[in-house]
Amino acid sequence: MGRLRLLLRPVVPFAVAAPMLWGLQVLAPQDVAIILVAIGVNVILAVSLNVVNGFTGQFSIGHAAFMAVGAYTAALITTGFREVQIAHLPVGISDAVIFALALVAAMAVASVAGLLVGIPSLRLRGDYLAIVTLGFGEIIRVVIENTRALGQATGISGLPAATNVLWTGMGVVATVVMARRLLVSTQGRALLAIREDEVAAEAMGIDTVGWKVRAFVISAAFAGLAGGLLVHRIMLVTPRMFTFVKSMEVVVMVVLGGMGSITGSIIAATVLTVALEWLRGLDQYRMVIYSILLIALMLTRPTGLFGTKEIWDTLPRWLGGRRAPGGAR
Amino acid sequence: MTEFLQHVVNGLSLGTIYALIALGYTMVYGVLKLINFAHGDIYMVGAFAGYYIATALGVQRSPSLPKAVAVFVGAMAVCGALGWAIERFAYRPLRNRPRLTSLITAIGVSFLLEFGFQLPSLRAQGEAFQGVLEGWGLRLPAPVAGVLAVLPDNFPPGPTPRFFPEPFERVDWTVLGGVHVSNYDVVSLAVAVVFMVALQLIVYRTKFGTAMRAVSYDSRVAGLMGIPVSRIISGTFVLGSVLAAVAALLVAGSRPRIDPIMGLMPGLKAFVAAVFGGIGSVPGAMVGGLVLGFSEEMVAGYTVSSFRDGIAFAMLILVLLLRPEGLFGRVSVEKV
Repeated sequence: MGRLRLLLRPVVPFAVAAPMLWGLQVLAPQDVAIILVAIGVNVILAVSLNVVNGFTGQFSIGHAAFMAVGAYTAALITTGFREVQIAHLPVGISDAVIFALALVAAMAVASVAGLLVGIPSLRLRGDYLAIVTLGFGEIIRVVIENTRALGQATGISGLPAATNVLWTGMGVVATVVMARRLLVSTQGRALLAIREDEVAAEAMGIDTVGWKVRAFVISAAFAGLAGGLLVHRIMLVTPRMFTFVKSMEVVVMVVLGGMGSITGSIIAATVLTVALEWLRGLDQYRMVIYSILLIALMLTRPTGLFGTKEIWDTLPRWLGGRRAPGGAR
Repeated sequence: MTEFLQHVVNGLSLGTIYALIALGYTMVYGVLKLINFAHGDIYMVGAFAGYYIATALGVQRSPSLPKAVAVFVGAMAVCGALGWAIERFAYRPLRNRPRLTSLITAIGVSFLLEFGFQLPSLRAQGEAFQGVLEGWGLRLPAPVAGVLAVLPDNFPPGPTPRFFPEPFERVDWTVLGGVHVSNYDVVSLAVAVVFMVALQLIVYRTKFGTAMRAVSYDSRVAGLMGIPVSRIISGTFVLGSVLAAVAALLVAGSRPRIDPIMGLMPGLKAFVAAVFGGIGSVPGAMVGGLVLGFSEEMVAGYTVSSFRDGIAFAMLILVLLLRPEGLFGRVSVEKV
């Protein structure tokens, strides 16, 4: 029984979510679906960045670079296999299989990029990571803009419109399950220990560099997934989509939601995405608002909305003004 | 040979610029253990401060030496004040919090400067707003209106690049059979060397410099010894920002295109130079800047020129892998 539950635990969320997402996919009108996909992609980005910035206490500001790596990988595969149909399969399923493979490849290549960036910079203290990821983000853009196979500055257009609410939703579920399962596992405890006190963690026998790199690689992989999903919604990939403005957006989501809180990231990503849709006219002020928000948060409430807690830890207290049931924390 | 000498000349002028910016990073890191992300943007503000002052003085129509000096001093003053203000209002309240908090704030300040400078003209917007208010029989409060009236018409500059007016006439010399050297190169090298020597004297020969080194060695003990730690940190920010302004003006003299995100790449590269030399070490930053300048010039000259921006990054990764404390850095063991 115990083993069965252990096996089922990661599968159940998908099984529950799939029919609901399918329903949403069928019912949602076009404009709602577009916003839902945008929200989903941002949730994947925020939750995966939270693994590095929140759980592990490092600070990456180059998430968009890994998105770009994943996006271009997926785009190359889906455009390369455009005319290909897997034998004995109907067109729809064949396309879906190719898209799934493209997303897996996106995650794999992005995680390799994460490994290459992470190993040198994570051997040292956290602030090096910030500047290396910022630099990496700029370099990757320069590389793409100078590579003919990647379409240089114009990018690759005419991608199949494969991403829909179902795909994005499954991506979100995968990311959240990953983050949650990671957080409550032995490995997750190692990450939290590194966040709380690196020296003490090392003294307790935790391979700090190894765990930091692993967290970074996982985070990069899911950024790649988000990139692959995003570009197959807008059917176009250009280097301009992955500037540090995008990275910054994700950082703001994580910091606002609370570094270390999965639900915080989800809520912040949703709210900010919807707010952006409403405030399209204020586009030129967006980054200024973000940076002021970031500074103001750090000066007044550096923990963000939820700190390291989840919504079910905080909500009862906010509502009732009492301790959450379950006693002292 | 001529080509090589030309690259040496270019590398030297580029390297001194990186060195000047790297000094700001390294000094602030020394006293605060904080990577001042906004440093590259202070450099950008320096260029724009110079641009506005030069425009106000009419340098474009009649360049002269006193005006050039005024532009220099003015931009240095603006940047010094900005550096002081950033430290006072963004970093000081967080000094005893976890380091991550200050780092995020620094990133926020950096983006605020970069994107704040890309906004449309404040004065035009203020006037439009005033128009709306007048429709309701209201007026902007006097201090706000006063500030708006003083601001240059085109502040903030917006995302389009602007061109820095030439402070004095450009003269090109050809020496050693084909190496091009302009009077700008000579002046900028001279100015950079003067400022670096001055900094060296300040850091190693004055009371302030001694206090700064003490704070960077151990700020708590320095405080116990009666050193006004906060004032020293403020002073360090001012000093670093002034050097960034100098670097910006020297660059703007020879490459006059300036825009609000011009600080991003030089800032990153100067940081690499500081890490290469050993972050926290003043001579290290100078050497690191020169090494980076030379290697960039050589790589761009002898291989593909679009590799130029990759050099700094490759260098950073190599340093972090092989000798993370840098050339002149001391190995610090983290203690509890």
